[in-house]
Amino acid sequence: MEWASWSDFWDMGGYGLYVWGSYAVTAACILMEVILLKRGAGQTRRRLKRMRQWEES
Amino acid sequence: MTRFLLAVLRRDLTLAARRRGDWLIALFFFVMVASLFPLGIGPDPKLLARIGPGVLWVAATLASLLSLSRLFADDHRDGSLEHMVLSPEPTVLLVLGKSLAHWLIYGIPLLLIAPVLGVQFHLPADAIGVLLLSLLIGTPILSLLGGVGAALTLGLRGGGVLLTLLILPLYVPALIFGAGAVDGVLAGTGAEAHLSLLGAFLILTLLVAPWIAAAALKVSLE
Amino acid sequence: MNLYTYASPATFYHLAGRLIPWFAWSAGILTLVGLYIGFFVAPTDFQQSEAYRVIFIHVPAAWMGMFIYLVMAFWGAIGLAFNTRLSFMMVRALAPTGAIFTFIALWTGALWGKPMWGAWWVWDARLTSTLILLFLYIGIMALWAAIDDVKRGDRAGALLALIGAINVPIIYFSVKWWNTLHQGASVSLTKAPTMATIMLTGMLIMAFAAWFYSIAVALARVRAIILERERHTEWVKDILER
Repeated sequence: MEWASWSDFWDMGGYGLYVWGSYAVTAACILMEVILLKRGAGQTRRRLKRMRQWEES
Repeated sequence: MTRFLLAVLRRDLTLAARRRGDWLIALFFFVMVASLFPLGIGPDPKLLARIGPGVLWVAATLASLLSLSRLFADDHRDGSLEHMVLSPEPTVLLVLGKSLAHWLIYGIPLLLIAPVLGVQFHLPADAIGVLLLSLLIGTPILSLLGGVGAALTLGLRGGGVLLTLLILPLYVPALIFGAGAVDGVLAGTGAEAHLSLLGAFLILTLLVAPWIAAAALKVSLE
Repeated sequence: MNLYTYASPATFYHLAGRLIPWFAWSAGILTLVGLYIGFFVAPTDFQQSEAYRVIFIHVPAAWMGMFIYLVMAFWGAIGLAFNTRLSFMMVRALAPTGAIFTFIALWTGALWGKPMWGAWWVWDARLTSTLILLFLYIGIMALWAAIDDVKRGDRAGALLALIGAINVPIIYFSVKWWNTLHQGASVSLTKAPTMATIMLTGMLIMAFAAWFYSIAVALARVRAIILERERHTEWVKDILER
């Protein structure tokens, strides 16, 4: 499948809004999940460390 | 074994008879919700007849859902639920008895009042007949599924709304087959297929729900 | 190596740690390959021209949404049967990813439906069933949120997933039954575009990418849950020191 030009590619046969709308939201959901996961893991570690320091002191 | 089931049933029925107010509330809720739709949509008889089955079925579902959260709540509060669960009799029978009692107290009255609402929605006589039959098969499904929801959300804050959130997705097949049965009669295509599917769903729920509800009760009471 | 070695959170924590990069990288590579095929190899569809290319994420997402729900019910059943805490942690780790995939399937399905069926939301059998599946996910997560006691929350969620999983096929059947009966004149049910093999391979590759991605994310999330729940153990203390 050869796209004549990049603008054709983005236009996607006139359905650009729907195709790229779908892909954009999917990418956003996946990125959000990964970022939330990384941040969550970091927060959990820090919180647990703090709780441990309180328990020991 | 059935003695325990009948004992639970009798106990709940006498309790309900003493507090007649409870099941009347669910009944009037059903009437009110069903009567609101014509106000919202307009009095055109043809339109009301088309939406009638769906509206009555959804209203009946919500009416009996309303009372489900109290299925175990009162016994849980005064501790008698734990004794019943710890009794040598299987908990499944307790849950079955409770669901059956809920169906008799809250399900059957819906059937008695449904024809009046059917007339209000200009449903022809045969459609009302099938509506009653579909509700007769449909409401026990809700009491059984509701048993699971009530057991899972025992003693939780916001238990009533949470219970509805958990149970309604599971109730979709019953709603589709039930309302579809009445639509089938209105459209002249007959309702046997819908009713038999509804019956099949009832049997499956009867086989699955009490065991899961019994397990849920044990989980909630630990 | 008996059955239960990897059931202990400690050993599983390290195993998961080693597995995540593999699954994450393979998901990334498969996604690139799948998208390349999807956009630069697969031809224009004679019926839907370019709009069908949404299929490369819509179908994998729908599959994963349902598959993850069944996997949750499976781990829930294992947890209830063998009383293994780790199985319940896996159920909790899977739910958000399953819900997100179900939402993606709904969103991409609606967007794909607009050019094909002319409306943003169409009560198509598959879309409606996916919507109900999303309600099931929300139900489980709401139940977890409402139960503070971890032990009860795990078991209640597992039971709900179990009865949900038993009902999922029935819901899908009844919605399809409902859809065929109320076949509105406006909705011409275009069946999935006749799948040229190249389109199918692109979609399958994306499906595997979504599967590996889900595994990687679920393992990562379960590790965080393990740390949270095993915080009083020695080995977690060592990890926190590091």
